[in-house]
Amino acid sequence: MKGKKTLNKTSKNNFITMGGLLLVYVIVLILKEGGITTNLINGQLVPICAYMIMAISLNLTVGILGELSLGHAGFMSVGAFGGVFVGTLMQEVSDSKVLCLLVAVIAGGLMAAVAGLLIGVPVLRLRGDYLAIVTLAFGQIIKSIVNILYVGLDSEGLHVSFIEKCEVLDDGKLIISGAMGATGIRKLSTFTFAFIVLVVCLIVIFNLIQSRTGRAIMALRDNRIAAESVGINVTKYKLLVFSISAAMAGMAGTVFAYNYSTVAPTKFDFNTSILVLVFVVLGGLGSIRGSLIAAALLTLLPELLREFSDYRMLVYAIVLILVMLGTNNPKIRDFFAKMFARKKTAKEENANG
Amino acid sequence: MDKGKIHEVISESIIPERDQNKRPVLECSHLGITFGGLVAVDDFNLTVGATEIAGLIGPNGAGKTTAFNLLTKVYQPTRGTILLDGQDTRGMSTMQVNKAGIARTFQNIRLFDKLTVEENVKIGLHNQIKCSTVSSILRLPNYWKTEKEAHEKALELLSIFDMQDMADYKAGSLPYGAQRRLEIVRALATNPKLLLLDEPAAGMNPSETAELMENIRKIRDTFQIAILLIEHDMNLVMGICEGIAVLNFGRIIAKGSPEEIQANPTVIEAYLGKKKED
Ligand SMILES: Nc1ncnc2c1ncn2[C@@H]1O[C@H](COP(=O)(O)OP(=O)(O)OP(=O)(O)O)[C@@H](O)[C@H]1O
Ligand SMILES: [Mg+2]
Repeated sequence: MKGKKTLNKTSKNNFITMGGLLLVYVIVLILKEGGITTNLINGQLVPICAYMIMAISLNLTVGILGELSLGHAGFMSVGAFGGVFVGTLMQEVSDSKVLCLLVAVIAGGLMAAVAGLLIGVPVLRLRGDYLAIVTLAFGQIIKSIVNILYVGLDSEGLHVSFIEKCEVLDDGKLIISGAMGATGIRKLSTFTFAFIVLVVCLIVIFNLIQSRTGRAIMALRDNRIAAESVGINVTKYKLLVFSISAAMAGMAGTVFAYNYSTVAPTKFDFNTSILVLVFVVLGGLGSIRGSLIAAALLTLLPELLREFSDYRMLVYAIVLILVMLGTNNPKIRDFFAKMFARKKTAKEENANG
Repeated sequence: MDKGKIHEVISESIIPERDQNKRPVLECSHLGITFGGLVAVDDFNLTVGATEIAGLIGPNGAGKTTAFNLLTKVYQPTRGTILLDGQDTRGMSTMQVNKAGIARTFQNIRLFDKLTVEENVKIGLHNQIKCSTVSSILRLPNYWKTEKEAHEKALELLSIFDMQDMADYKAGSLPYGAQRRLEIVRALATNPKLLLLDEPAAGMNPSETAELMENIRKIRDTFQIAILLIEHDMNLVMGICEGIAVLNFGRIIAKGSPEEIQANPTVIEAYLGKKKED
């Protein structure tokens, strides 16, 4: 009977997260259709979904696998430019917006997954700080490469060049043009589409965690030597997490890029990686729900703080510090615990007894 | 010359009679490792019978844990060979050695602290009850089937130590003795041929230790596996081990039955003599 209870507890939590997310989606949709939300907020809906995907996918690496990654935006970048590239090719073949976007997102995810594998294989021997440094470098490398990458498409076919802009005939266009990034993107992303991608990623992560694979991954996090001693393949599961996490970041990148007409490579720099890491740490390592909430609030916050104009980032930083202190302060945590009194006390009794 | 003598005379004698005509589960010869200049284990020769309970004893720092780490390939041996049920484990990793049939516990407990007791055992079942990542993500019928199977098997294994009721607790929150028992259950879940226990009774009170002794015997009888244990508690070692090897400064200085070991002057000098002081 007790065993069933655990399963239900985690599943119940997941249902609550999923239900809450759906509820928020419906409310936001109604507000939006009713014209109540401002354009400012409407413009943030797709990015918020994209950052939520970024946060939960990074949480998979940092919170569930237990490896620090400082280059998550690199995968987002691969997904953004790779996805836009494939999506643009797709537009030549198909008129359906949804189909183009869908293919673009899948392609973006796959390309990022390959990038995840490429970085995963050589750095598997590294752990902790060393791994973090390599992922940081990876993010920078991706940014630098896209910065000098030119991809054009015209009646003669595809042109790719580095550093020098490639010649494109009049009937064609540059899909990716160096430091300018991807230009002339058709804004295909919609709030609903982004939300669906988010839900798919969420289901994958929830199902993954509560499975043989997920347990193996968490075993690696809790004690690598013990995990190996019970026959768990460290290489396999690390690579798996790296590529799933990268694929999701790539999908987020594509969704994100298709929300703008122009996306520059600097959008996915070190700051973005750190920002996503902040979502994860603030939301709680391993807590998917926390990542979602932190990503949404912290993406909206700078917009809501616009009235502070020049002091915006200062206020943002102060809010971050306060939240950090708050969530780590036992008294404040107790206060929140009491708010959800019944469930929490039951849980604590369990843990102590 | 001395070495060869010990090896020849005693490695035969410590295998119990019922295992004599079965292939030994473990045969190590001339196993050794050097850390920098320190020879931690040298010329380690040991044979363990198919259903034997064997002991590895010796003073602190003798190299007992290091020997376990060699057997499980946490360290790759600098020299020597290990045959597991006749199969050479040269070049295998810790994971492969486990798949081949060696499971172990750790002197400094290594549980998956943030996971529950049941999950810890299910992780031990990783290679016994399989379900692909894709089936898991898509929640295919195989997922539900294997999860149920794993749940039932985990509870069954926990019942060896009467721990089914603790299934939901976080492993890290268990009392010390229970953590040690959980490590044994997790190791057993991997379906080993040889179980290595590194100081299983450490931190247990006398009644817990007595119970543990019973359970170690029970495990050997029900699973028909071999158990090699390191232990400082002489009552436990002398009480359940059929053969004992004594390690000092990385070398085996004596092997034999509990009676032979207790009477061996070299052992008394190296180990038991020292033990009497405290
Ligand atoms: N990784 C390592 N690097 C260097 N020296 C090591 C390493 N592991 C063990 N040693 C050394 O090898 C020797 C044997 O250590 P080991 O842990 O095997 O002893 P032990 O017999 O298990 O002792 P105890 O009864 O205290 O557990 C010690 O001197 C120890 O310092
Ligand atoms: Mg030791």
